[in-house]
Amino acid sequence: MLRFLVRRSLGALVILLIISMVTFALFFAIPADPARLSCGKVCTPENLALIRHSMQLDQPVPLQFWHWFSGIFTGRDFGGAGYCNAPCFGYSYVKQEMITNTLIDRFPTTLSLTVGSAVIFLIFGIGTGMLAANKQGKPADKIASSASLIASSLQIYVAGPLALWALVYSTNWLQLPAYVPITQDPIGWFTGLLVPWLVLSLIWTANYTRMTRSSMVEQLSEDYVRTARAKGMSGRSVFLRYAWRGAMGTIVTVFGIDLGVLLGGAIITENTFGLQGLGQLSIDSIRQSDLSMMVGVTMVAATLIVVSNIVVDAAYALIDPRIRLA
Amino acid sequence: MTNPTQAPTEADTLGTADALSQTETPSAPVFRGLSPGKLMWRRFLRDRTGVISAVIVAIFLLIAICAPLISMLYGKDATTTYGQNDPTLLTDSGLPTGANGGMSGDFWFGLEPGLGRDIFMQLVYGIRTSLIIAVATSVITTVLGVAFGIASGYLGGKTDYFIGRAIDVLMSFPSQIFLIAAMPIVTSLLVPADQNPPGWLPFVAVTLVLSLLGWMSLSRILRATTLSLREREFVEAAKVTGASPARIIFKELLPNLWTPILVQSTLALPAFVTAEAGLSYLGVGVTEPTPDWGRMIANSANYLRTDITFLLFPGLAMVIFVLAFNLLGDSVRDAFDPKTKR
Repeated sequence: MLRFLVRRSLGALVILLIISMVTFALFFAIPADPARLSCGKVCTPENLALIRHSMQLDQPVPLQFWHWFSGIFTGRDFGGAGYCNAPCFGYSYVKQEMITNTLIDRFPTTLSLTVGSAVIFLIFGIGTGMLAANKQGKPADKIASSASLIASSLQIYVAGPLALWALVYSTNWLQLPAYVPITQDPIGWFTGLLVPWLVLSLIWTANYTRMTRSSMVEQLSEDYVRTARAKGMSGRSVFLRYAWRGAMGTIVTVFGIDLGVLLGGAIITENTFGLQGLGQLSIDSIRQSDLSMMVGVTMVAATLIVVSNIVVDAAYALIDPRIRLA
Repeated sequence: MTNPTQAPTEADTLGTADALSQTETPSAPVFRGLSPGKLMWRRFLRDRTGVISAVIVAIFLLIAICAPLISMLYGKDATTTYGQNDPTLLTDSGLPTGANGGMSGDFWFGLEPGLGRDIFMQLVYGIRTSLIIAVATSVITTVLGVAFGIASGYLGGKTDYFIGRAIDVLMSFPSQIFLIAAMPIVTSLLVPADQNPPGWLPFVAVTLVLSLLGWMSLSRILRATTLSLREREFVEAAKVTGASPARIIFKELLPNLWTPILVQSTLALPAFVTAEAGLSYLGVGVTEPTPDWGRMIANSANYLRTDITFLLFPGLAMVIFVLAFNLLGDSVRDAFDPKTKR
């Protein structure tokens, strides 16, 4: 296990290094004048000169990358803007802020959104999927399958505004989405995020229902399940202890990957409900041409994806004893 | 990941190959019974959901192709600001004067608030935008996926290793963020900032960006299938008789890969439709004045408090379109490969 973790972490570091190089090259090396792009829509000549100097654009690109990269581990000095402590992802000239601080500031919103909806879609998705697999071919299965098929064709940008209209504007049943830190006001945190959770989890519930159903159906037709039935084991034990254990592997794998993606920022959801998370940060920085912020968000999101992949592989070995980590 | 996953069964892959060679050369000796292609077609026709969704998809395609004709018969186009030309149509705050978003005999689906354009025509021309981009992206990703997939599966060795690692890296990219981030970069690469952007620019930029991150899964599937096909007797026989690699790839391998290629690209198309609309929804996709569903939905969100009609038309059209395409993709897969369980 330890060897596996060390090996995978080293591999992940290589991938992250490559991603950071590609991202950096894309954002800084290709555009004609990165300083102009980093300066934002309103740009004074003095500001431009300052940025050009502190971005060290007179140096070769690999050296620029090295400054940026070593800054993550050792911190960097941004002259007038102050010193940026490690891990330093740079300084945003548009926002006039250290990028690391902004990222730390925005992450709790995305984390709350992800955790809340993940709890809902795991419970309902797996529950409905198992129910459908248990009642295969019966009306309950047909209803669950068609409902999840329709819901998985919904888009957040359609379902989100519709839910806002149906639950907030026309009926006032639920509160207009807003983020309040859980440490300040747990009830406000819950009510403020309820509509985004419901919308985000509606679509994901549909996907997990379909996935759970199909992998349960597959497992139930396996020989070992038939053997368990033949030796007289009760239906419930076969279903939960045999088939579910086999189906869990697929679900955990997909969930791990999805979790990594969601933690990097659910852009459309955050945009629809006006939540200031990582996703909204990335779309804002694109609109304001804030390239250094963009690199920071991309790197954080990529790290979350890579890390969650490793966690999934490790968890997979715990669930499925046939898999050996070498 | 390096293990070849199970290839489609022998009967299936060979069947498709036969079907294709038969359609290409009609003078070939007549087969007894039904050809696999006909079998597939029969299986598809028996699938009621599949046929209905195929009809819906066909209607959407037809509307997209006949958009100018519809515009002529209906007597309006997508860009004229009727509401601003005729002050009785919109109130001072820019909302249509009529009920339900200004739906009437003249404007079937109502008027767009603010500019006062005809929503029906916007929807009709919006299908064109999303279909052009989605089809172009599907074609490019399929070509890329086939090229890289067969190359790494057939050549193996270093080629396989490098393509595999490149896919690993691309798969680790946060795709949503990357799509948004790549848009301005691709745009600035295509046309210098000081020039006036031509009308095709957003189309090309969106297509390129979506293609860049869309080919990997097809490539992985084809690599696995090629790996197992490569070791089979008919390929060996071709090699022994001295066939060139090009001949083996195009005449021996490719005909056996049509099933996964067709199934994957039918399933990928609706994903590109929603991705394209998502980009426009976020304001980084196709720009005005090209009609686009994603942007229509984004605009309608500003009028949620007053009138839901503006959201309902593009929203429902989008859901029906995507649902029909998804169902069609599932049915195509079932018809080609009846053994896979759903």
